[in-house]
Amino acid sequence: MAHDTHDSHGHHHAPAHTAPGALRVRVVERHDGLTEAVYLPAILGGLRITIKKFFRNILGKRDVVTIQYPEEKRRVAPRYRGRHRLTMREDGFIKCVACYMCETVCPAHCIHIEAGEVPDKSVEKYPVVFDIDELRCVFCGLCVEACPKDAIRMDTGIVAMAYSSRDRFDYTRDLLRDDYRPNEKTKYRAVPLPLSDEEALPESRGRAGT
Amino acid sequence: MDLLLTILSIPLVQAILKIVAFVLVFVMATGTVMTLMERKWMSAVQDRIGPNRADMPFLGGLKARGAFHILADGLKSIFKEDTVPEGADRFLFTIAPFFALVAAMAIWAVIPFAGPWGPVTFQITDLNPGLVFIFAITSLGVYGAVLGGWSSNNKFALLGSARATSQMLSYEVFLGLSLVGLFMVYGTLQVGKIVELQNTYWFGDLVPKWGVITQPLAFVMFFTAMLAEAKRLPFDAPEGESEIIAGYFLEYSGMRYAAFMLAEYVAIVGVAGLTTTLFLGGYHVPWLHAGGFHLLGYVLPLPAWLVFLLQLGSFVFKVIALCWFVIIIRWTVPRFRFDQIMDLGWKKMLPVALANVVITGLVLLAWDWLA
Repeated sequence: MAHDTHDSHGHHHAPAHTAPGALRVRVVERHDGLTEAVYLPAILGGLRITIKKFFRNILGKRDVVTIQYPEEKRRVAPRYRGRHRLTMREDGFIKCVACYMCETVCPAHCIHIEAGEVPDKSVEKYPVVFDIDELRCVFCGLCVEACPKDAIRMDTGIVAMAYSSRDRFDYTRDLLRDDYRPNEKTKYRAVPLPLSDEEALPESRGRAGT
Repeated sequence: MDLLLTILSIPLVQAILKIVAFVLVFVMATGTVMTLMERKWMSAVQDRIGPNRADMPFLGGLKARGAFHILADGLKSIFKEDTVPEGADRFLFTIAPFFALVAAMAIWAVIPFAGPWGPVTFQITDLNPGLVFIFAITSLGVYGAVLGGWSSNNKFALLGSARATSQMLSYEVFLGLSLVGLFMVYGTLQVGKIVELQNTYWFGDLVPKWGVITQPLAFVMFFTAMLAEAKRLPFDAPEGESEIIAGYFLEYSGMRYAAFMLAEYVAIVGVAGLTTTLFLGGYHVPWLHAGGFHLLGYVLPLPAWLVFLLQLGSFVFKVIALCWFVIIIRWTVPRFRFDQIMDLGWKKMLPVALANVVITGLVLLAWDWLA
Protein backbone atom coordinates (compact mmCIF):
# COMPACT_ATOMS: atom_id res chain seq x y z
CA MET A 1 0.00 0.00 0.00
CA ALA A 2 1.25 3.41 -0.90
CA HIS A 3 -0.47 5.07 2.02
CA ASP A 4 1.04 3.01 4.80
CA THR A 5 3.46 5.73 5.87
CA HIS A 6 0.68 8.28 6.13
CA ASP A 7 -1.52 5.94 8.08
CA SER A 8 1.14 5.32 10.71
CA HIS A 9 0.85 8.98 11.81
CA GLY A 10 -2.26 8.31 13.78
CA HIS A 11 -5.74 9.71 13.17
CA HIS A 12 -5.16 10.47 9.50
CA HIS A 13 -6.48 7.33 7.98
CA ALA A 14 -7.54 8.98 4.74
CA PRO A 15 -4.63 10.97 3.35
CA ALA A 16 -5.55 14.28 1.75
CA HIS A 17 -3.41 13.64 -1.28
CA THR A 18 -1.73 10.69 -2.89
CA ALA A 19 1.99 10.48 -3.15
CA PRO A 20 3.23 11.20 -6.68
CA GLY A 21 3.52 8.04 -8.68
CA ALA A 22 1.44 6.06 -6.24
CA LEU A 23 -1.02 3.60 -7.64
CA ARG A 24 -4.45 5.13 -7.69
CA VAL A 25 -7.48 2.91 -7.84
CA ARG A 26 -10.66 4.14 -9.39
CA VAL A 27 -13.63 2.37 -7.89
CA VAL A 28 -16.20 1.63 -10.55
CA GLU A 29 -19.72 1.56 -9.28
CA ARG A 30 -21.17 -1.89 -9.86
CA HIS A 31 -24.81 -2.38 -10.69
CA ASP A 32 -25.51 -5.78 -9.24
CA GLY A 33 -29.14 -5.35 -8.37
CA LEU A 34 -32.16 -7.26 -9.54
CA THR A 35 -32.66 -5.00 -12.56
CA GLU A 36 -29.26 -6.06 -13.86
CA ALA A 37 -29.77 -9.70 -13.06
CA VAL A 38 -32.94 -10.03 -15.12
CA TYR A 39 -31.31 -8.32 -18.13
CA LEU A 40 -34.65 -7.06 -19.42
CA PRO A 41 -34.35 -3.36 -18.49
CA ALA A 42 -30.95 -3.19 -20.13
CA ILE A 43 -32.21 -5.01 -23.22
CA LEU A 44 -35.20 -2.68 -23.46
CA GLY A 45 -32.88 0.29 -23.16
CA GLY A 46 -30.81 -1.09 -26.02
CA LEU A 47 -33.89 -1.82 -28.08
CA ARG A 48 -35.02 1.76 -27.62
CA ILE A 49 -31.84 2.94 -29.33
CA THR A 50 -31.76 0.34 -32.11
CA ILE A 51 -35.44 0.68 -32.95
CA LYS A 52 -35.17 4.47 -32.99
CA LYS A 53 -32.19 4.22 -35.31
CA PHE A 54 -34.00 1.68 -37.46
CA PHE A 55 -37.03 3.87 -38.08
CA ARG A 56 -35.03 7.05 -38.55
CA ASN A 57 -32.93 5.38 -41.21
CA ILE A 58 -35.68 3.38 -42.89
CA LEU A 59 -37.97 6.38 -43.17
CA GLY A 60 -35.61 9.25 -43.80
CA LYS A 61 -32.06 7.88 -44.21
CA ARG A 62 -31.04 10.86 -42.15
CA ASP A 63 -28.15 9.28 -40.29
CA VAL A 64 -26.76 7.13 -43.07
CA VAL A 65 -23.14 8.00 -43.69
CA THR A 66 -22.48 5.63 -46.58
CA ILE A 67 -20.86 7.06 -49.69
CA GLN A 68 -21.93 5.14 -52.79
CA TYR A 69 -18.37 4.92 -54.03
CA PRO A 70 -18.08 4.69 -57.76
CA GLU A 71 -20.93 7.12 -58.31
CA GLU A 72 -20.28 9.31 -55.31
CA LYS A 73 -16.79 10.12 -54.22
CA ARG A 74 -15.47 11.24 -50.92
CA ARG A 75 -14.34 14.85 -51.07
CA VAL A 76 -10.58 14.89 -50.90
CA ALA A 77 -8.76 17.72 -49.15
CA PRO A 78 -6.87 19.94 -51.60
CA ARG A 79 -3.58 18.96 -50.01
CA TYR A 80 -4.29 15.23 -50.21
CA ARG A 81 -1.48 13.39 -51.95
CA GLY A 82 -3.03 11.03 -54.45
CA ARG A 83 -1.70 9.44 -57.58
CA HIS A 84 0.86 11.53 -59.43
CA ARG A 85 0.28 13.39 -62.64
CA LEU A 86 2.66 15.07 -65.03
CA THR A 87 1.47 18.54 -65.91
CA MET A 88 1.49 20.05 -69.39
CA ARG A 89 2.58 23.30 -70.87
CA GLU A 90 0.02 25.52 -72.56
CA ASP A 91 1.12 24.29 -75.96
CA GLY A 92 0.47 20.71 -74.86
CA PHE A 93 4.06 19.65 -74.38
CA ILE A 94 5.05 17.96 -71.17
CA LYS A 95 6.47 20.37 -68.59
CA CYS A 96 9.06 17.98 -67.24
CA VAL A 97 12.63 18.84 -68.24
CA ALA A 98 14.11 15.55 -67.01
CA CYS A 99 16.29 17.22 -64.38
CA TYR A 100 16.23 14.14 -62.13
CA MET A 101 15.39 16.22 -59.02
CA CYS A 102 12.42 14.08 -58.11
CA GLU A 103 14.18 10.83 -58.82
CA THR A 104 17.03 11.96 -56.59
CA VAL A 105 14.89 13.10 -53.71
CA CYS A 106 12.53 10.14 -53.78
CA PRO A 107 13.07 8.16 -50.57
CA ALA A 108 11.40 5.09 -51.99
CA HIS A 109 13.34 5.10 -55.26
CA CYS A 110 10.16 4.62 -57.17
CA ILE A 111 10.78 7.14 -59.97
CA HIS A 112 12.76 6.16 -63.03
CA ILE A 113 13.60 8.82 -65.62
CA GLU A 114 15.48 8.59 -68.89
CA ALA A 115 16.16 11.92 -70.56
CA GLY A 116 15.98 12.63 -74.25
CA GLU A 117 16.80 15.59 -76.42
CA VAL A 118 14.08 17.86 -77.75
CA PRO A 119 14.23 19.24 -81.29
CA ASP A 120 12.61 22.41 -79.94
CA LYS A 121 15.61 24.33 -78.64
CA SER A 122 13.66 26.24 -76.00
CA VAL A 123 13.81 23.21 -73.78
CA GLU A 124 16.93 21.20 -73.37
CA LYS A 125 15.64 17.82 -72.35
CA TYR A 126 12.42 15.93 -71.90
CA PRO A 127 11.72 12.58 -70.29
CA VAL A 128 11.70 9.76 -72.78
CA VAL A 129 10.90 7.45 -69.90
CA PHE A 130 9.19 8.62 -66.76
CA ASP A 131 8.02 5.64 -64.73
CA ILE A 132 6.62 5.64 -61.24
CA ASP A 133 6.19 2.35 -59.43
CA GLU A 134 3.11 3.25 -57.43
CA LEU A 135 3.53 0.14 -55.29
CA ARG A 136 6.85 1.44 -53.97
CA CYS A 137 5.72 5.05 -53.64
CA VAL A 138 5.23 6.16 -50.05
CA PHE A 139 3.18 9.22 -51.09
CA CYS A 140 5.45 11.61 -49.20
CA GLY A 141 5.14 14.37 -51.79
CA LEU A 142 8.87 15.16 -51.85
CA CYS A 143 8.95 14.82 -55.64
CA VAL A 144 6.33 17.57 -55.92
CA GLU A 145 8.33 19.83 -53.63
CA ALA A 146 11.58 19.12 -55.42
CA CYS A 147 10.31 19.85 -58.91
CA PRO A 148 11.58 23.21 -60.22
CA LYS A 149 9.10 23.29 -63.08
CA ASP A 150 5.86 22.34 -61.31
CA ALA A 151 5.83 19.39 -63.64
CA ILE A 152 4.73 16.71 -61.18
CA ARG A 153 1.79 17.01 -58.86
CA MET A 154 -0.16 14.63 -56.64
CA ASP A 155 -3.48 16.42 -56.77
CA THR A 156 -5.42 14.00 -58.97
CA GLY A 157 -7.73 13.03 -56.14
CA ILE A 158 -7.18 9.40 -57.11
CA VAL A 159 -6.91 7.88 -53.65
CA ALA A 160 -6.95 4.21 -54.46
CA MET A 161 -5.42 2.24 -57.24
CA ALA A 162 -6.63 -1.31 -57.39
CA TYR A 163 -5.47 -3.75 -60.00
CA SER A 164 -5.24 -7.49 -60.20
CA SER A 165 -1.73 -7.44 -61.57
CA ARG A 166 1.44 -5.82 -60.25
CA ASP A 167 2.42 -4.59 -63.71
CA ARG A 168 -0.48 -2.21 -63.76
CA PHE A 169 1.01 -0.26 -60.89
CA ASP A 170 4.00 0.68 -63.02
CA TYR A 171 2.77 4.01 -64.26
CA THR A 172 4.58 5.10 -67.40
CA ARG A 173 4.94 8.62 -68.62
CA ASP A 174 1.93 8.67 -70.84
CA LEU A 175 -0.30 7.15 -68.20
CA LEU A 176 0.80 9.87 -65.82
CA ARG A 177 0.14 12.74 -68.22
CA ASP A 178 -2.76 14.72 -66.95
CA ASP A 179 -4.45 14.66 -70.34
CA TYR A 180 -4.54 10.89 -70.38
CA ARG A 181 -8.06 9.54 -70.59
CA PRO A 182 -8.18 5.79 -70.13
CA ASN A 183 -11.44 5.29 -71.99
CA GLU A 184 -10.57 7.20 -75.11
CA LYS A 185 -9.39 5.40 -78.18
CA THR A 186 -6.99 8.16 -79.06
CA LYS A 187 -4.86 8.56 -76.02
CA TYR A 188 -3.67 12.12 -76.50
CA ARG A 189 -5.14 15.45 -77.30
CA ALA A 190 -3.26 18.22 -79.08
CA VAL A 191 0.36 17.25 -78.76
CA PRO A 192 2.57 19.41 -80.98
CA LEU A 193 5.57 17.23 -80.47
CA PRO A 194 4.72 13.62 -81.07
CA LEU A 195 5.91 12.27 -77.78
CA SER A 196 4.98 8.66 -78.09
CA ASP A 197 5.61 8.47 -81.81
CA GLU A 198 8.91 6.71 -82.05
CA GLU A 199 9.48 7.59 -85.71
CA ALA A 200 9.70 11.28 -84.88
CA LEU A 201 12.37 10.74 -82.29
CA PRO A 202 14.60 7.99 -83.59
CA GLU A 203 17.09 8.25 -80.73
CA SER A 204 14.45 7.60 -78.09
CA ARG A 205 13.88 3.91 -78.55
CA GLY A 206 13.33 1.76 -75.54
CA ARG A 207 10.58 2.09 -73.05
CA ALA A 208 9.19 5.35 -74.33
CA GLY A 209 5.52 5.40 -75.14
CA THR A 210 3.04 2.89 -73.97
CA MET B 1 -64.97 -30.76 -62.26
CA ASP B 2 -66.49 -33.55 -60.19
CA LEU B 3 -63.30 -35.52 -60.51
CA LEU B 4 -61.31 -32.50 -59.35
CA LEU B 5 -63.54 -32.07 -56.31
CA THR B 6 -63.25 -35.76 -55.52
CA ILE B 7 -59.48 -35.58 -55.72
CA LEU B 8 -59.46 -32.44 -53.61
CA SER B 9 -61.56 -34.12 -50.95
CA ILE B 10 -58.92 -36.78 -50.33
CA PRO B 11 -57.25 -35.80 -47.02
CA LEU B 12 -53.79 -36.70 -48.29
CA VAL B 13 -54.17 -34.44 -51.32
CA GLN B 14 -55.36 -31.64 -49.09
CA ALA B 15 -52.43 -32.14 -46.75
CA ILE B 16 -49.95 -32.07 -49.63
CA LEU B 17 -51.53 -28.93 -51.04
CA LYS B 18 -51.34 -27.27 -47.64
CA ILE B 19 -47.71 -28.28 -47.21
CA VAL B 20 -46.89 -26.77 -50.57
CA ALA B 21 -48.83 -23.60 -49.85
CA PHE B 22 -47.66 -23.02 -46.29
CA VAL B 23 -44.20 -24.48 -46.10
CA LEU B 24 -42.87 -24.03 -49.61
CA VAL B 25 -44.64 -20.84 -50.59
CA PHE B 26 -44.90 -18.97 -47.31
CA VAL B 27 -42.21 -20.27 -44.96
CA MET B 28 -39.41 -20.85 -47.45
CA ALA B 29 -40.09 -17.57 -49.21
CA THR B 30 -40.22 -15.61 -45.97
CA GLY B 31 -37.04 -17.30 -44.76
CA THR B 32 -35.28 -16.45 -48.00
CA VAL B 33 -36.43 -12.85 -47.90
CA MET B 34 -35.28 -12.66 -44.28
CA THR B 35 -31.71 -13.45 -45.36
CA LEU B 36 -31.76 -10.17 -47.24
CA MET B 37 -33.91 -8.32 -44.74
CA GLU B 38 -31.51 -9.14 -41.95
CA ARG B 39 -28.78 -7.36 -43.87
CA LYS B 40 -30.97 -4.43 -44.82
CA TRP B 41 -32.43 -4.01 -41.35
CA MET B 42 -29.15 -4.35 -39.54
CA SER B 43 -27.67 -1.68 -41.74
CA ALA B 44 -30.55 0.62 -40.88
CA VAL B 45 -29.74 0.08 -37.22
CA GLN B 46 -26.07 0.74 -37.88
CA ASP B 47 -26.50 3.87 -40.02
CA ARG B 48 -25.66 2.09 -43.24
CA ILE B 49 -27.55 1.38 -46.44
CA GLY B 50 -26.89 -2.31 -46.80
CA PRO B 51 -26.74 -4.42 -49.95
CA ASN B 52 -28.16 -2.39 -52.83
CA ARG B 53 -26.00 -3.11 -55.86
CA ALA B 54 -27.13 -6.41 -57.38
CA ASP B 55 -28.90 -5.49 -60.59
CA MET B 56 -30.84 -7.31 -63.27
CA PRO B 57 -29.04 -7.04 -66.59
CA PHE B 58 -32.15 -8.18 -68.48
CA LEU B 59 -34.35 -5.55 -66.85
CA GLY B 60 -32.21 -2.58 -67.76
CA GLY B 61 -29.99 -2.80 -64.70
CA LEU B 62 -32.96 -2.62 -62.34
CA LYS B 63 -31.71 -2.59 -58.78
CA ALA B 64 -34.87 -2.39 -56.68
CA ARG B 65 -32.82 -1.27 -53.66
CA GLY B 66 -30.97 -4.57 -53.51
CA ALA B 67 -33.87 -7.00 -53.77
CA PHE B 68 -31.99 -9.11 -56.32
CA HIS B 69 -29.26 -9.95 -53.85
CA ILE B 70 -31.42 -12.95 -52.97
CA LEU B 71 -31.04 -14.25 -56.54
CA ALA B 72 -27.36 -13.40 -56.54
CA ASP B 73 -26.87 -15.36 -53.32
CA GLY B 74 -28.72 -18.35 -54.74
CA LEU B 75 -26.75 -18.32 -57.98
CA LYS B 76 -23.48 -17.98 -56.14
CA SER B 77 -24.24 -20.89 -53.83
CA ILE B 78 -25.19 -23.12 -56.73
CA PHE B 79 -21.99 -22.45 -58.63
CA LYS B 80 -19.67 -22.68 -55.64
CA GLU B 81 -17.68 -25.84 -55.29
CA ASP B 82 -19.24 -28.21 -52.82
CA THR B 83 -16.33 -29.44 -50.75
CA VAL B 84 -16.16 -32.19 -48.18
CA PRO B 85 -13.15 -31.84 -45.88
CA GLU B 86 -10.58 -34.59 -45.56
CA GLY B 87 -11.42 -37.06 -42.83
CA ALA B 88 -15.03 -35.96 -42.66
CA ASP B 89 -17.82 -38.42 -42.16
CA ARG B 90 -19.20 -38.09 -45.64
CA PHE B 91 -22.68 -39.42 -44.99
CA LEU B 92 -23.40 -37.36 -41.89
CA PHE B 93 -21.74 -34.34 -43.43
CA THR B 94 -24.13 -34.57 -46.34
CA ILE B 95 -27.33 -35.02 -44.40
CA ALA B 96 -26.66 -32.58 -41.54
CA PRO B 97 -27.95 -29.45 -43.33
CA PHE B 98 -31.17 -31.22 -44.15
CA PHE B 99 -31.64 -32.22 -40.52
CA ALA B 100 -31.47 -28.56 -39.69
CA LEU B 101 -33.78 -27.56 -42.51
CA VAL B 102 -36.37 -30.28 -41.92
CA ALA B 103 -36.50 -29.61 -38.19
CA ALA B 104 -36.95 -25.91 -38.85
CA MET B 105 -39.83 -26.55 -41.22
CA ALA B 106 -41.60 -29.39 -39.42
CA ILE B 107 -43.14 -27.23 -36.71
CA TRP B 108 -45.29 -25.61 -39.39
CA ALA B 109 -47.26 -28.86 -39.46
CA VAL B 110 -49.29 -27.73 -36.45
CA ILE B 111 -49.46 -23.98 -36.99
CA PRO B 112 -52.82 -22.70 -38.26
CA PHE B 113 -52.69 -19.89 -40.81
CA ALA B 114 -56.33 -18.89 -40.66
CA GLY B 115 -59.58 -20.02 -39.16
CA PRO B 116 -61.60 -22.75 -40.83
CA TRP B 117 -63.53 -21.56 -43.87
CA GLY B 118 -66.43 -23.93 -44.31
CA PRO B 119 -64.99 -27.45 -44.35
CA VAL B 120 -61.46 -26.28 -45.20
CA THR B 121 -58.97 -25.81 -42.38
CA PHE B 122 -55.76 -23.85 -42.85
CA GLN B 123 -53.57 -26.00 -40.70
CA ILE B 124 -51.66 -28.96 -42.06
CA THR B 125 -52.68 -31.20 -39.19
CA ASP B 126 -54.23 -30.44 -35.83
CA LEU B 127 -52.39 -33.07 -33.81
CA ASN B 128 -53.97 -33.86 -30.48
CA PRO B 129 -50.64 -33.58 -28.62
CA GLY B 130 -49.59 -30.50 -30.60
CA LEU B 131 -47.44 -28.92 -27.90
CA VAL B 132 -45.59 -32.17 -27.33
CA PHE B 133 -44.97 -32.37 -31.06
CA ILE B 134 -43.51 -28.87 -30.89
CA PHE B 135 -41.17 -29.91 -28.06
CA ALA B 136 -40.07 -32.95 -30.02
CA ILE B 137 -39.38 -31.04 -33.21
CA THR B 138 -37.66 -28.05 -31.63
CA SER B 139 -35.24 -30.32 -29.82
CA LEU B 140 -34.50 -32.08 -33.12
CA GLY B 141 -33.17 -28.81 -34.49
CA VAL B 142 -29.95 -29.20 -32.58
CA TYR B 143 -29.10 -32.43 -34.42
CA GLY B 144 -28.27 -30.51 -37.57
CA ALA B 145 -25.77 -28.42 -35.66
CA VAL B 146 -24.29 -31.35 -33.76
CA LEU B 147 -23.99 -33.66 -36.76
CA GLY B 148 -22.66 -30.92 -39.01
CA GLY B 149 -20.00 -29.88 -36.56
CA TRP B 150 -19.03 -33.35 -35.52
CA SER B 151 -18.77 -34.82 -39.00
CA SER B 152 -16.66 -31.94 -40.37
CA ASN B 153 -13.42 -33.12 -38.76
CA ASN B 154 -12.67 -29.60 -37.65
CA LYS B 155 -12.01 -28.50 -34.10
CA PHE B 156 -13.81 -25.18 -34.41
CA ALA B 157 -16.83 -26.89 -35.89
CA LEU B 158 -16.74 -29.43 -33.08
CA LEU B 159 -16.60 -26.61 -30.54
CA GLY B 160 -19.65 -25.16 -32.23
CA SER B 161 -21.48 -28.46 -31.84
CA ALA B 162 -20.45 -28.72 -28.20
CA ARG B 163 -21.78 -25.25 -27.61
CA ALA B 164 -25.00 -26.08 -29.42
CA THR B 165 -25.44 -29.11 -27.18
CA SER B 166 -24.73 -27.25 -23.96
CA GLN B 167 -27.07 -24.50 -25.06
CA MET B 168 -29.79 -27.00 -25.84
CA LEU B 169 -29.40 -28.52 -22.36
CA SER B 170 -29.85 -25.05 -20.90
CA TYR B 171 -32.91 -23.79 -22.73
CA GLU B 172 -34.88 -26.97 -23.36
CA VAL B 173 -35.98 -27.33 -19.74
CA PHE B 174 -37.41 -23.88 -19.25
CA LEU B 175 -38.83 -23.96 -22.76
CA GLY B 176 -40.96 -26.92 -21.71
CA LEU B 177 -41.87 -25.48 -18.34
CA SER B 178 -42.87 -22.14 -19.83
CA LEU B 179 -45.46 -23.92 -21.94
CA VAL B 180 -46.80 -25.87 -18.97
CA GLY B 181 -48.36 -22.67 -17.70
CA LEU B 182 -49.96 -22.19 -21.09
CA PHE B 183 -51.67 -25.53 -21.19
CA MET B 184 -52.79 -25.14 -17.60
CA VAL B 185 -54.60 -21.97 -18.65
CA TYR B 186 -56.11 -23.33 -21.86
CA GLY B 187 -56.47 -26.90 -20.67
CA THR B 188 -55.40 -28.47 -23.95
CA LEU B 189 -52.31 -29.49 -25.87
CA GLN B 190 -53.99 -29.12 -29.24
CA VAL B 191 -52.64 -26.09 -31.04
CA GLY B 192 -55.85 -25.38 -32.95
CA LYS B 193 -57.82 -25.32 -29.69
CA ILE B 194 -55.26 -23.08 -27.98
CA VAL B 195 -55.57 -20.60 -30.83
CA GLU B 196 -59.37 -20.82 -30.71
CA LEU B 197 -59.41 -20.21 -26.96
CA GLN B 198 -57.24 -17.14 -27.40
CA ASN B 199 -60.22 -15.56 -29.12
CA THR B 200 -62.28 -15.67 -25.93
CA TYR B 201 -62.50 -12.57 -23.84
CA TRP B 202 -62.41 -11.20 -20.33
CA PHE B 203 -64.59 -8.43 -18.94
CA GLY B 204 -67.47 -9.01 -21.32
CA ASP B 205 -65.69 -8.97 -24.66
CA LEU B 206 -63.00 -6.43 -23.97
CA VAL B 207 -59.64 -8.07 -23.23
CA PRO B 208 -58.67 -11.00 -25.45
CA LYS B 209 -57.22 -13.99 -23.61
CA TRP B 210 -54.04 -14.02 -25.66
CA GLY B 211 -51.20 -16.03 -24.21
CA VAL B 212 -49.14 -12.90 -23.73
CA ILE B 213 -51.86 -11.53 -21.43
CA THR B 214 -52.69 -14.72 -19.55
CA GLN B 215 -49.06 -15.86 -19.28
CA PRO B 216 -46.74 -12.84 -19.65
CA LEU B 217 -43.82 -14.48 -17.83
CA ALA B 218 -44.15 -17.61 -19.90
CA PHE B 219 -44.16 -15.42 -23.01
CA VAL B 220 -40.82 -13.85 -22.12
CA MET B 221 -39.31 -17.23 -21.25
CA PHE B 222 -40.68 -18.98 -24.31
CA PHE B 223 -39.44 -16.24 -26.60
CA THR B 224 -36.01 -16.37 -24.96
CA ALA B 225 -35.88 -20.13 -25.34
CA MET B 226 -36.95 -19.90 -28.95
CA LEU B 227 -34.20 -17.39 -29.66
CA ALA B 228 -31.78 -19.93 -28.24
CA GLU B 229 -33.43 -22.66 -30.26
CA ALA B 230 -32.98 -20.68 -33.47
CA LYS B 231 -29.38 -19.88 -32.38
CA ARG B 232 -30.06 -16.19 -32.58
CA LEU B 233 -28.28 -13.61 -30.54
CA PRO B 234 -27.87 -13.36 -27.61
CA PHE B 235 -27.66 -17.15 -27.88
CA ASP B 236 -25.59 -17.64 -31.02
CA ALA B 237 -22.70 -19.26 -29.18
CA PRO B 238 -22.79 -22.29 -31.54
CA GLU B 239 -21.82 -19.95 -34.38
CA GLY B 240 -19.84 -17.35 -32.48
CA GLU B 241 -18.18 -15.75 -35.50
CA SER B 242 -15.65 -13.82 -33.49
CA GLU B 243 -14.49 -16.88 -31.58
CA ILE B 244 -14.99 -20.04 -33.61
CA ILE B 245 -15.32 -18.55 -37.11
CA ALA B 246 -18.67 -19.97 -38.15
CA GLY B 247 -19.06 -22.72 -35.59
CA TYR B 248 -20.74 -25.90 -36.64
CA PHE B 249 -21.11 -25.12 -40.35
CA LEU B 250 -17.60 -23.82 -40.75
CA GLU B 251 -16.58 -26.47 -43.29
CA TYR B 252 -19.65 -26.17 -45.46
CA SER B 253 -19.69 -24.52 -48.84
CA GLY B 254 -21.99 -24.10 -51.77
CA MET B 255 -25.57 -25.24 -51.53
CA ARG B 256 -25.05 -27.12 -48.27
CA TYR B 257 -23.89 -23.94 -46.63
CA ALA B 258 -26.89 -22.20 -48.16
CA ALA B 259 -29.11 -24.93 -46.72
CA PHE B 260 -27.73 -24.23 -43.24
CA MET B 261 -28.24 -20.52 -43.67
CA LEU B 262 -31.74 -21.05 -44.98
CA ALA B 263 -32.48 -23.39 -42.06
CA GLU B 264 -31.42 -20.63 -39.74
CA TYR B 265 -33.75 -18.11 -41.30
CA VAL B 266 -36.59 -20.60 -41.60
CA ALA B 267 -36.04 -21.18 -37.88
CA ILE B 268 -36.53 -17.44 -37.31
CA VAL B 269 -39.82 -17.61 -39.17
CA GLY B 270 -40.60 -20.68 -37.06
CA VAL B 271 -39.90 -18.78 -33.85
CA ALA B 272 -42.18 -16.02 -35.05
CA GLY B 273 -44.88 -18.48 -36.13
CA LEU B 274 -44.85 -20.43 -32.86
CA THR B 275 -44.81 -17.32 -30.69
CA THR B 276 -47.65 -15.85 -32.71
CA THR B 277 -49.67 -19.03 -32.47
CA LEU B 278 -49.17 -19.71 -28.79
CA PHE B 279 -48.97 -16.23 -27.32
CA LEU B 280 -50.20 -13.60 -29.74
CA GLY B 281 -53.58 -15.05 -30.57
CA GLY B 282 -52.48 -16.93 -33.68
CA TYR B 283 -54.36 -15.76 -36.73
CA HIS B 284 -56.98 -13.94 -34.67
CA VAL B 285 -57.66 -10.28 -35.08
CA PRO B 286 -58.87 -8.96 -31.72
CA TRP B 287 -62.66 -8.98 -31.47
CA LEU B 288 -63.05 -10.61 -34.90
CA HIS B 289 -65.19 -13.71 -34.72
CA ALA B 290 -66.42 -15.99 -37.50
CA GLY B 291 -69.36 -13.70 -38.27
CA GLY B 292 -67.61 -10.33 -37.93
CA PHE B 293 -66.45 -7.92 -35.24
CA HIS B 294 -68.00 -8.10 -31.77
CA LEU B 295 -67.09 -5.34 -29.35
CA LEU B 296 -69.01 -3.99 -26.35
CA GLY B 297 -72.28 -5.26 -27.69
CA TYR B 298 -71.78 -3.78 -31.15
CA VAL B 299 -71.62 -6.19 -34.07
CA LEU B 300 -70.09 -5.52 -37.47
CA PRO B 301 -70.98 -8.47 -39.72
CA LEU B 302 -68.41 -9.41 -42.34
CA PRO B 303 -68.53 -11.96 -45.19
CA ALA B 304 -66.62 -15.20 -44.67
CA TRP B 305 -63.98 -14.42 -47.30
CA LEU B 306 -63.17 -11.08 -45.69
CA VAL B 307 -62.85 -12.70 -42.28
CA PHE B 308 -60.52 -15.26 -43.85
CA LEU B 309 -58.39 -12.59 -45.50
CA LEU B 310 -58.23 -10.54 -42.30
CA GLN B 311 -57.15 -13.59 -40.33
CA LEU B 312 -54.53 -14.58 -42.89
CA GLY B 313 -53.28 -11.01 -43.05
CA SER B 314 -53.14 -10.76 -39.29
CA PHE B 315 -51.15 -14.00 -39.05
CA VAL B 316 -48.68 -12.95 -41.72
CA PHE B 317 -48.34 -9.50 -40.19
CA LYS B 318 -47.63 -10.90 -36.73
CA VAL B 319 -45.09 -13.35 -38.10
CA ILE B 320 -43.23 -10.71 -40.09
CA ALA B 321 -43.30 -8.29 -37.18
CA LEU B 322 -41.85 -10.91 -34.86
CA CYS B 323 -39.18 -11.81 -37.42
CA TRP B 324 -38.29 -8.15 -37.47
CA PHE B 325 -38.12 -8.13 -33.69
CA VAL B 326 -35.87 -11.21 -33.61
CA ILE B 327 -33.53 -9.51 -36.05
CA ILE B 328 -33.54 -6.20 -34.17
CA ILE B 329 -32.69 -8.10 -30.98
CA ARG B 330 -29.67 -9.54 -32.71
CA TRP B 331 -28.35 -6.05 -33.41
CA THR B 332 -29.06 -4.88 -29.87
CA VAL B 333 -27.57 -7.38 -27.45
CA PRO B 334 -24.15 -8.99 -27.28
CA ARG B 335 -23.55 -12.73 -27.20
CA PHE B 336 -23.73 -14.73 -23.98
CA ARG B 337 -20.84 -17.01 -23.18
CA PHE B 338 -22.01 -20.58 -23.08
CA ASP B 339 -21.50 -20.83 -19.31
CA GLN B 340 -23.58 -17.68 -18.96
CA ILE B 341 -26.30 -19.34 -21.00
CA MET B 342 -26.22 -22.28 -18.61
CA ASP B 343 -26.34 -19.87 -15.68
CA LEU B 344 -29.30 -18.12 -17.19
CA GLY B 345 -31.10 -21.33 -18.03
CA TRP B 346 -30.58 -23.27 -14.84
CA LYS B 347 -30.19 -20.64 -12.14
CA LYS B 348 -32.56 -17.95 -13.33
CA MET B 349 -35.06 -19.21 -15.88
CA LEU B 350 -35.73 -22.60 -14.33
CA PRO B 351 -36.78 -21.26 -10.87
CA VAL B 352 -38.85 -18.54 -12.51
CA ALA B 353 -40.51 -21.08 -14.78
CA LEU B 354 -41.30 -23.34 -11.82
CA ALA B 355 -42.67 -20.39 -9.86
CA ASN B 356 -44.76 -19.46 -12.86
CA VAL B 357 -46.28 -22.95 -12.95
CA VAL B 358 -47.03 -22.88 -9.22
CA ILE B 359 -48.51 -19.37 -9.29
CA THR B 360 -50.59 -20.19 -12.37
CA GLY B 361 -51.91 -23.25 -10.58
CA LEU B 362 -52.79 -21.26 -7.45
CA VAL B 363 -54.49 -18.53 -9.46
CA LEU B 364 -56.50 -21.08 -11.43
CA LEU B 365 -57.56 -22.83 -8.20
CA ALA B 366 -58.55 -19.52 -6.62
CA TRP B 367 -60.47 -18.60 -9.78
CA ASP B 368 -62.44 -21.85 -9.68
CA TRP B 369 -63.03 -21.49 -5.96
CA LEU B 370 -64.40 -17.96 -6.39
CA ALA B 371 -66.59 -18.85 -9.36
